[in-house]
Amino acid sequence: MAIEGADIVKAAAFLGAGISMGLGAIGPGVGEGMAAAKACEAIGKNPREAGLLTRTMLVGQAVTESTGIYSLVISLLLLFVV
Amino acid sequence: MTDDIQYWIKVAQYTGASVSMGLGAIGAAIGEGHTAATANMAISRNPERGGEIFKNMLVGQAVAESAAIFSLVIAMVLLFSGEPLMKPITIWAFLGAGLCMGFGAIGSGIGAGYPGASACEGMARQPEAGRRLTTAMLIGSAVSQTTSIYALVIALILIFFDFSNMPFAPTWAALLGAGLSTGIAAFGPAIGEGLVAAACCEGIARNPSSATEVTNIMLLGQAVTETTGIYGLLVSFILLFKSFVPTDALAPAFALLSAGICMGLGAIGPGIGEGFTAKSTVSWIARNSSSRAELVRTMLVGQAVSESTGIYSFVIALILIFVI
Repeated sequence: MAIEGADIVKAAAFLGAGISMGLGAIGPGVGEGMAAAKACEAIGKNPREAGLLTRTMLVGQAVTESTGIYSLVISLLLLFVV
Repeated sequence: MTDDIQYWIKVAQYTGASVSMGLGAIGAAIGEGHTAATANMAISRNPERGGEIFKNMLVGQAVAESAAIFSLVIAMVLLFSGEPLMKPITIWAFLGAGLCMGFGAIGSGIGAGYPGASACEGMARQPEAGRRLTTAMLIGSAVSQTTSIYALVIALILIFFDFSNMPFAPTWAALLGAGLSTGIAAFGPAIGEGLVAAACCEGIARNPSSATEVTNIMLLGQAVTETTGIYGLLVSFILLFKSFVPTDALAPAFALLSAGICMGLGAIGPGIGEGFTAKSTVSWIARNSSSRAELVRTMLVGQAVSESTGIYSFVIALILIFVI
């Protein structure tokens, strides 16, 4: 079987898409979990401020999520555009 | 040519077995070491309860050991399952099985060590809660073992299922991907669940009357933490049993391999992160059970956000399998 250059390029793009999304998902998952853990602790200490604490948690997590979304974008680009 | 393939199958058997046992030994050793270290600290704190703590340490270590025993079993099976007239696809199935069980045992070994350590510490602190602590430790570390059991199941399917009727390309990549998906994905949830179980033991030691409540919340938190491990298992099953169009091109094969790697790696982060969240929730419910509703709600919202990157990985894996 003859392996063509274009085929190798496509294979590399697919492999890259998987690795990009896979590795990129580790950091946000751990980081958002830490944010949520501290939010729970803070609510446990001071339940009256639950609303404020939840809001801060969500904003912080949204920012943490950004790198996961970058990975998603790159892997979609590798899959469908490149 | 047939001789050649038999040699390569032998190479795959031995490589798979060594990867399975080598990687699989890491986690259990770390977890058991952590348990033993903490047990010693606990005994020095409360020497009268030394016997009880020692016994609990051994039980906890035995559970953590099981992941390494799974690896040993797979390594043994791999070493002795070569038969003449095997097809080339078997090479990849054996390699996949070894990688799957090797990676899959790391997390459960480390994860099951946490509740063991925490239960020993709790016994020194609150000796009358000893029995409850052992029960909570066993439940928690059993849940933490589940992902290594998934890896065991996938590894056994890879070894014993007959894939020779399927086209060699791209099935070789699908089998390797199936092993990597469940194997790597097992890492995160197992560690996360171990952390939750440790918090449960700590909470029972702090406040023994909250044992039932804390155990229930532990199970809820662990169930959510498990989800990304289940995605990994699901992707493996799709890769194992979907029928593929035969092709000589590299790209479709690499798409399947990549799907497995993507889901496997993508499950690590959310698993650990959701574990952190549930751990804090459980330990604060033991201290302050009046705000339980708020804590559980925040835990679930936080875990849902933390899950998102795991879901992205799942989506990318499904696109790689079904769309590409």
